[in-house]
Amino acid sequence: MSKLSEALKNKKFAVTSEVGPPKGMNIDTCIEDAELIKDLVTAINVTDNQSAVMRISSTAICHKLVEKGMEPVFQMVCRDRNRIALQSDMLGAWLLGIENVLCLTGDHNSLGDHPGSRPVFDLDSVQLIKAISDLNGGHDMVGNELEGSPDFFHGAVVTPESDPVEPQIIKMKKKIDAGAKFFQTQAVYSPEVFEKFMNKVQKFNVPVMVGIVVLKSAGMAKFMNANVAGVNVPEAIVKEMADTPKEDRAKKSVEISARIIRRVKSMCQGAHIMPLGWDKHVPAILEQAEL
Amino acid sequence: MILSEQKPMEEILELLKNEKNIFIIGCDGCAEVCKTGGEEACSKLKSELEKAGKKIAGCINVDFLCNKVLDRLRINRNMDVIKDADSILVLSCGIGVQAVGAVIEKAVRPANNSVFVGGFQGLWPSEERCEECGQCYLGMTSGICPITACTKGLLNGPCGGALNGMCEVDKEKECGWHNIYERLNKLGKLGDMDRFVEARDYKKMMPGKKVRNSKFYNIEVEEEETVNE
Repeated sequence: MSKLSEALKNKKFAVTSEVGPPKGMNIDTCIEDAELIKDLVTAINVTDNQSAVMRISSTAICHKLVEKGMEPVFQMVCRDRNRIALQSDMLGAWLLGIENVLCLTGDHNSLGDHPGSRPVFDLDSVQLIKAISDLNGGHDMVGNELEGSPDFFHGAVVTPESDPVEPQIIKMKKKIDAGAKFFQTQAVYSPEVFEKFMNKVQKFNVPVMVGIVVLKSAGMAKFMNANVAGVNVPEAIVKEMADTPKEDRAKKSVEISARIIRRVKSMCQGAHIMPLGWDKHVPAILEQAEL
Repeated sequence: MILSEQKPMEEILELLKNEKNIFIIGCDGCAEVCKTGGEEACSKLKSELEKAGKKIAGCINVDFLCNKVLDRLRINRNMDVIKDADSILVLSCGIGVQAVGAVIEKAVRPANNSVFVGGFQGLWPSEERCEECGQCYLGMTSGICPITACTKGLLNGPCGGALNGMCEVDKEKECGWHNIYERLNKLGKLGDMDRFVEARDYKKMMPGKKVRNSKFYNIEVEEEETVNE
């Protein structure tokens, strides 16, 4: 059983963070980022060709983390592989010691660095979750028996600040019915909005880990508000960042992330911190969040 | 020419499971030629539905259901009956179903699967799109195609990418699933979004033997033969 599944099952407040595989063979920074946080978190997500930009495979980096005694959460998107490759890569991942999976639809190809590539989306995220549940159950998605089955701890994502939020909740329920065991959320900046969301999904009784995207500047906040779905940085936080001189920004950013976690930690079962390269600030966030 | 085949009766009844009073609209264009939309097909389906305990509020045929101006005209003329119907069963290709859905706030259910575009080339009647997937999904969305309206062709709900109802790929393109949600919400049919939809069967995109043997599938071959004669 993975440490993450054990922690969530025992109702412990779990913390995860993430690293992004690099484009190219130099993985030193990526591994260093992971090592900076490994003792503070239960597991580390490894993104899958994030933002539709081609990089080293998530599987390979996950395996490197396993070799170094860390526990990865293998992110898997539906954009690049058909149902045969998805299932095959899942079995391969289990063979490499990967136990946690996070299933996502994936950003569209046209947003990345190979915009002319063929979008696959043979399965959607709900169908992918179902396929992994099937593999866990000893057969593939069409019912053929496996000789030896994996036992993945598989989860999914949800966007609490999406407006309207109902379609998100409808899909969340479908993901749970398909077998999702935990949720990591899109970035949350408004504890009030998150509380309303949690009140609506508490009844599902599935662990939710609040998503925290570490803000680097007011410009980044404005960019996300205009361009990233379901992310809504309140004006007050944008101003807080804007009013902070450049040399103090990291400190301010840590303070904001920790403040949000402190406000919401009693409502959910964990935090997923996305530092976007600022991994070195994660320890301070966790310390100030009193975790 | 879009070739269509009628869905199995069990599937049609499943689509209409929570609905009692049904209005039927058939297409006298391509679907009539395929015997899946003309008066004959409509009256046959009407009696089968009555046998299954449904009340048929009315039944009309429109020359080309892909023509929304025509649809609006005919639907308005029958509005006093249509307004009380629980849903509209449409006997046409996927475009006809979407066109009817686009002109009236009523649940629409497809009676057919569209399997193949044959005959005319370079024809696209309106903004509604049909990919001839062979497994029409318009019933679960009440007339908005998740395959063509959603850039990713998702079947189980929206991805997390839409912003203010617009697609992550193009800020001027509406998010298909946002529109599906809005439509079902307005129709009081949000429950239709709850069902798990299995992965698509891409084999269904290959036209069946019956269609492959039809003269419309082979229309170019026949035309060539005629010229050669």
